[in-house]
Amino acid sequence: MEIIQQILFVVALGATGWYIAKRVRLIAQAIKLGRPENRYDHPDERLKTMLLVAFGQKKMFTNLLVGIMHFVIYAGFLIVNLEVLEIILDGILGTHRLFAPYITPIYPILIDVFELLAVGVLTVCVIFLCRRFIAKVPRFQQERHREMTRWPRTDAAIILTAEILLMIAFLTWNASDSVLRDRGVGHYAELKGIVPDFLISQFLKPLFSGFSDTGLIVYERTAWWLHILGILSFAIYVTYSKHLHIALGFPNVYFSDLQPKGEMQNMPEITKEVQLALGLPVTTEADGSQANDNGDQPPAEIGRFGAKDVQDLKWINLMNAYSCTECGRCTSACPANITGKKLSPRKIMMDTRDRLEEIQDGWKTNGFDYKDDKSLLNDYITAEELNACTTCQACVNACPININPLDIILQLRRYRVMEESDAPASWNAMFSNIENNMAPWKFSPSDRFNWADQVND
Amino acid sequence: MSTTEKTYKVPTMADMAASGEEPEILFWVGCAGSFDDRYKRVTIAFVRILNHVGIKFAVLGPEEACTGDPARRAGNEFLFQMQAMSNIQVLNGYNVKKIVTACPHCFNTLKNEYPELGGNYEVIHHSQFLQGLINEGRVKVKDGQPFKGRRITFHDSCYLGRANKVYEAPRDVLAALDADLVEMKRVRANGLCCGAGGGQYFKEPEPGKKDVNVERVEEALSTGADTIAVACPFCMTMMSDGVKNKNREDSVRVFDISELIAQGQGL
Repeated sequence: MEIIQQILFVVALGATGWYIAKRVRLIAQAIKLGRPENRYDHPDERLKTMLLVAFGQKKMFTNLLVGIMHFVIYAGFLIVNLEVLEIILDGILGTHRLFAPYITPIYPILIDVFELLAVGVLTVCVIFLCRRFIAKVPRFQQERHREMTRWPRTDAAIILTAEILLMIAFLTWNASDSVLRDRGVGHYAELKGIVPDFLISQFLKPLFSGFSDTGLIVYERTAWWLHILGILSFAIYVTYSKHLHIALGFPNVYFSDLQPKGEMQNMPEITKEVQLALGLPVTTEADGSQANDNGDQPPAEIGRFGAKDVQDLKWINLMNAYSCTECGRCTSACPANITGKKLSPRKIMMDTRDRLEEIQDGWKTNGFDYKDDKSLLNDYITAEELNACTTCQACVNACPININPLDIILQLRRYRVMEESDAPASWNAMFSNIENNMAPWKFSPSDRFNWADQVND
Repeated sequence: MSTTEKTYKVPTMADMAASGEEPEILFWVGCAGSFDDRYKRVTIAFVRILNHVGIKFAVLGPEEACTGDPARRAGNEFLFQMQAMSNIQVLNGYNVKKIVTACPHCFNTLKNEYPELGGNYEVIHHSQFLQGLINEGRVKVKDGQPFKGRRITFHDSCYLGRANKVYEAPRDVLAALDADLVEMKRVRANGLCCGAGGGQYFKEPEPGKKDVNVERVEEALSTGADTIAVACPFCMTMMSDGVKNKNREDSVRVFDISELIAQGQGL
């Protein structure tokens, strides 16, 4: 009997591992669609940023209460994994609470902490569900944000409910296990006197007092299996969900922009053109500070000026898209969105990911060379959205994991302006004024210094 | 000393070079500071302060050109780099080392975006420059100046604040006025844009519920301030238009921080 469970467990674990590996490969492949960009510089600064922003959750604490609640889920998730380690080993080896005899004095303390965290996670998940669906925090509501369609809302509900169920399974598993120990049934008796009742689950024991011994064993096994199968399914689900941020949040922060927020990235391929146009000596890639290529590979062929589709974006933009949790802090800080314009930085990120997943679907049926005739620009993101951006970097500042929606907006604008010459008419007028009059307005450059006549008035 | 007795001077880099001199700082006036009627008064106020403290400065005058900021942000990278490289040629030609500007967009572009194209300068915003003068005691607002007891609120401009983390300098400058400084709800890193950045100033806004500057002015007015202090030419226009939109131009004024200092100095 035991050996069948072990075999089933190993099969479940192996299948999950295999499936996740497949998903990870696919996502990595999608991210690699992006253009190369060196984000391996300044490792010390990057590490520090990651420790502060990802591990330390610094930006989550902008709203203290929400910061604390998110921290409970985050810490719970990280620390409860220690318990999952024991569960996995138990599953493989056919043991029961493997660690207990080896670390007897601290074992109950550990489980007590896990149980506390479980209650914390459970409580916060309930609060988060209420915030979304009862208190209706504005940034999650479809009436105000058209990108919050059915799937993002369902996705959030599934995740929160799954976490609640996992925590209930964990706590009731401990409780039924305690009752079995008390009764000295089968192998459970071996831990009698070694493993005491736990902090929280002891109060759930009365629930099981009416169970027969067999009924209890069935419940204990079912809860154990539900808990671990739940975790395994969750791990797979995460790769399809906005919840991927639990994994990608860390590298996403590590590789995030280090330069001042106001600095828009240079386009070295244009520098060359301009140098030629102005009759200046052309700086080669080698001595220029342009760090757009990885290592010493020859400069890539210029595809397009700016970005029309995901392939034209940088890999970090695409990783950003997979890391986005759709929390909407960017959108609620966006002045364009606040005043009712169509632009929503969150939608920019969601569109980018949706487009990547559309391409992935194409790969699945037609192979990796598959191309369709759609593009991120126009099929997903419209000119109206792009034109509304004030480049104020409020979205960049608001993101708890340093996603940069503005960078994508800028690259799409570049494509529209430089490849399609499709800027709003008044922008074209501004461009030609700069070009001809050296100012965005139609004044004569020779009048530029006229103000000085008034300094002594 | 009354202002009529004093003659303010605005030397150009060309003049200086002709007489074999080099200024301590280049004052980068910017397009708005050169052409916008309202912002010309800010340029003049700042030049008077520079004269008053006796700093050796110069401007480029007719040799100055748009930094390219609105072009780059609207997506016209080609035009931006044309502007940038021509400007860098001029600046490097005069061996410019230190630049002060009253425009956060020029500030950001000169400071962060020109180095990669070969223009390396120490660039400071006029709020930082004024903060320095106040800290050194070179600018002192006399007691009982017109600001005592007046409520002033400061509007953070995106390209000074969030983009370059200059939050305290303009506030320190205002603190020297001995006025009653009141903060809006969205300030510093959470400050709300005036609605002009990213090329928005040069076109009609996209359709929406309201204009960004109106939203921002409503917030500013809710502080009860009679003065909205700004440190950017575009914020200046947007805030002024917002105040007009709310029919409050009689009771609420928009000033640049350098104008307030100049007023406090009687310049």
